[in-house]
Amino acid sequence: MTRRYPDEPAGTFPAPPRQVTDSEDRSIQLRCADGTDRTALIEMYKQFDPADRAQGIPPARETAIERWLENILDTDRYNVVASHEGDLVGHATLVPDEDDGYELAIFVLSAYQGAGIGTELVETLLGHGQSEGIEQVWLTVERWNDPAIALYRKVGFETSNSERFEQEMSIRLA
Amino acid sequence: MHVLLGVGGSDLSYQALDETIERAREAGDEVTVAVFDGHETDAGEDEVQERVRERLDETGFEAEIRRLSGDPGSRLVDVAESEGFDRIVLGSGERSTLGKIQLGSIAEFVLLNAQTPVTLIR
Repeated sequence: MTRRYPDEPAGTFPAPPRQVTDSEDRSIQLRCADGTDRTALIEMYKQFDPADRAQGIPPARETAIERWLENILDTDRYNVVASHEGDLVGHATLVPDEDDGYELAIFVLSAYQGAGIGTELVETLLGHGQSEGIEQVWLTVERWNDPAIALYRKVGFETSNSERFEQEMSIRLA
Repeated sequence: MHVLLGVGGSDLSYQALDETIERAREAGDEVTVAVFDGHETDAGEDEVQERVRERLDETGFEAEIRRLSGDPGSRLVDVAESEGFDRIVLGSGERSTLGKIQLGSIAEFVLLNAQTPVTLIR
């Protein structure tokens, strides 16, 4: 399957590490993550609200979370986490597809949603991707998930396929 | 119950075949396997049909195999309706590398348009 990407590259995104203040005045640290963050990420995903799961991820059971994270934290993937007072509250990842693109996904704990952290996480991950030479990023989102679609659009993603259950959006980084 | 199972050549479609055979044995269902090219692998209809035939032979389960020509989704719905099938079974919902489940367009069409109950194997 050939994915469509915008012809024009998006602007420059900020690279990690960064510190931002969310709309509820919380200080949020954004930094790259790797295998050493595995345990902290498992703890974060155990707290994840099942109602916020999308298209089967994150998995519900701990063993399935561990297996899933093993793949997400493998080499050739790019990860950024958001933390507040030392605890992880959000995670965004880029995983290579079978072509030259990367699939993006983002997760924010429910108590931290709606405060602008998701936007900062996506932008910071895209900044990380730009500095690593990634050019094409895509994602799928459930068609009824208006807040997520609005977030991706604001960051610069464009709808590339809306003929399926899940809407596909993509962005060109360079 | 008379079950119409669609097999388009994906891994999940063969898994659906195995599960349908197992379930049919327990429940005494009659099964018709509709073979089509789902374009998810390089296997054409001949190859898919052959693999279904082998699987049926191995398990010793009797089922009619037939080809669906034309658009697989709408043909599955048509055949189920016009020939009085009680249920359509399909495998779909492959995962991306990242782990997100994505429903294929054939499964989406069948789920939205079938007049019979649909079982999705994933």
